[in-house]
Amino acid sequence: MRKHSDVVVFAEYHEDHFHPITFELLSKGREIADLLKTKLIGVLIGYNVKDKASELFHYGAQKVVVFDDKRLALFDVILYKHLLVNFLKKEKPELVLMGATRLGRSLAPRVAAALNTGLTADCIDIQVDAKGDIIQVRPAFTGNIIAYIKTRTRPVMATVRYRVFKAKKLNRYGKGEIVVKSVRLPENTGIKVLRKERAKRIRISDAEVIVACGRGLKRREDIEMIEELARLLGGIVGASRPLVDEGWISRDHQVGFSGNVVRPRLYIACGISGSPQHLAGMRNSKIIIAINIDPSAPIFKVADYGIVGDLYEIIPKLIEEIKRRRKTCG
Amino acid sequence: MEFHLIVPMKYVPDIEKVKFDTKTGRIDRSSAPGETNPFDLNALETAVQIKEKLGGTITVISMGPPQAEFCLRDALSRGADRAILLSDVKFAGADTLATSYTLACAIKKIGYFDLIICGEKTVDGDTGQVGPELAEHLGIPHVAYVSELREVSKDKIFVVCDMEDAYYLVEVRLPALITVTKDINTPRLPSLKAKLRARKAEIEIWSAEDLSGIGDVSRFGISGSPTSVYKVAFPEIGKKGCKILKGESAVEEIIGVLEKEGFL
Ligand SMILES: Cc1cc2nc3c(=O)[nH]c(=O)nc-3n(C[C@H](O)[C@H](O)[C@H](O)COP(=O)(O)OP(=O)(O)OC[C@H]3O[C@@H](n4cnc5c(N)ncnc54)[C@H](O)[C@@H]3O)c2cc1C
Ligand SMILES: Nc1ncnc2c1ncn2[C@@H]1O[C@H](COP(=O)(O)O)[C@@H](O)[C@H]1O
Repeated sequence: MRKHSDVVVFAEYHEDHFHPITFELLSKGREIADLLKTKLIGVLIGYNVKDKASELFHYGAQKVVVFDDKRLALFDVILYKHLLVNFLKKEKPELVLMGATRLGRSLAPRVAAALNTGLTADCIDIQVDAKGDIIQVRPAFTGNIIAYIKTRTRPVMATVRYRVFKAKKLNRYGKGEIVVKSVRLPENTGIKVLRKERAKRIRISDAEVIVACGRGLKRREDIEMIEELARLLGGIVGASRPLVDEGWISRDHQVGFSGNVVRPRLYIACGISGSPQHLAGMRNSKIIIAINIDPSAPIFKVADYGIVGDLYEIIPKLIEEIKRRRKTCG
Repeated sequence: MEFHLIVPMKYVPDIEKVKFDTKTGRIDRSSAPGETNPFDLNALETAVQIKEKLGGTITVISMGPPQAEFCLRDALSRGADRAILLSDVKFAGADTLATSYTLACAIKKIGYFDLIICGEKTVDGDTGQVGPELAEHLGIPHVAYVSELREVSKDKIFVVCDMEDAYYLVEVRLPALITVTKDINTPRLPSLKAKLRARKAEIEIWSAEDLSGIGDVSRFGISGSPTSVYKVAFPEIGKKGCKILKGESAVEEIIGVLEKEGFL
């Protein structure tokens, strides 16, 4: 019998493009494959995706297995699972990485249960220890703890959080083997993805700069002030949950445990206390600036810079000062 | 047969009060009173709204310690009709695979169902895996991250799911499983009368033995869990050393930081 060996990355291709997590997974997968002295294989599922496969070579894949069929154009979890499970049963990899995107977090558990193997959710690191064991690192308890997890079954499966690993183009690779598999699909899966209802206007998880507001804001109209600062910094507006629950701003802007996990280069928290649920969504931002009237607000514990003061005084001053500079420079 | 909804609910520690022993890495579950996983209340409310339309019954099911009875009683007061607690030391230490397998065995024992509704994730485990894994064990379709229920009938439902880039309208044949986000509804509070009634209601308690005819007992609890936590660390809160700025110069200093870091 074949031993479990390779590292497999699920390439998330949806609505005509790769989700950028795909390249991050490949780059991490490449590192691990090197440590384990094994191959890195990408699996690509979709419609009209054959000629996209070669993109994956630039990030270290040595082989890409493609399933291409009209019925795979939209995400039907049963069809995707069916193909992945059959492939993984034959391939017997050591490790399978998928994005901790909503698609990945819907698909991976079904695959894991079908293979009767362990799955670790939302990893922020994957390591290989001295014994060659794979260690999965993830937050739990709403971000209050970081758990180090081992899996005793094979394949080891993990979903990985977006934007924790860097996508690295490698000159060493760039070419490889593309295997287009014939597709045999179950007839009726019970699921029909009828249509896209509406696209999201913003994707806050992609943002490099976020200016976020919380209950320190007194009126709905005051979000305009936050928007203005965000615009000046080339960023987008984030919000704590209460503002979303109040209907002041749409849920696509919500940062936190029940909203979006973000990792911008700059996060400015205005009038946000810093509950565990909020921190769970933003604590790994690169630079955190907090503006809060209460010096004991927990947000200051994760901030790099804290301004103790009234946001209604500070934000207009910031806006004014940035505008003044732009004028004199421009 | 009448419409049968099943809602799996978890008893979790109150995340804002629970204490962690940062030295041993232990979670002191007795340090905080438990509560129902908040997202599971959205799941139950979804079930109650469907029942209001189609009639039928709601069974709530929880795997956990004896104290989990609290969340089942709460569920009965919010409109559930039957409550089952899976409680046994043999279930303890389960990861998502063992949890979903055990729940699947219990649901097979219950027998007939039309729709299972889970929360999007739990506040302690925080995986969102148990729902889809449960659907796989039962061999039924599922849709995760449902934020809106459009239409329900006896044999199919139309749901809107909240994906990364967009919202999608999906038709699902029953029996099926969905997991719901907090956006789907606002759970109603139980009435005093309903609370009193629930206090006296019967909660069925099932052990591993009760499921032994249905599933493989070695797949329950720790022995059925392929993943294990071998170390726990704590995010370095407060160690970052926040630079506190006050008074007139604060704005100037922040502008300086933004400039230095290339944001201006
Ligand atoms: C299951 C669950 C999931 C949740 N998910 C999320 C989530 O995803 N995201 C999220 O954010 N929350 C979430 N929450 C809610 C969370 O527990 C908090 O209630 C919420 O984060 C608080 O929001 P806030 O900081 O805006 O408000 P508050 O906690 O009320 O804080 C307001 C802050 O503004 C400050 N302030 C007031 N006036 C001014 C002023 N003029 N100038 C400057 N500062 C001022 C105050 O000092 C205070 O610190 C969740 C809760 C649960 C139970
Ligand atoms: N022990 C449990 N008992 C009953 N339901 C559970 C249990 N654990 C998880 N669930 C269900 O599965 C969902 C996802 O949980 P999780 O995978 O732990 O994030 C929850 O919202 C519940 O509906």
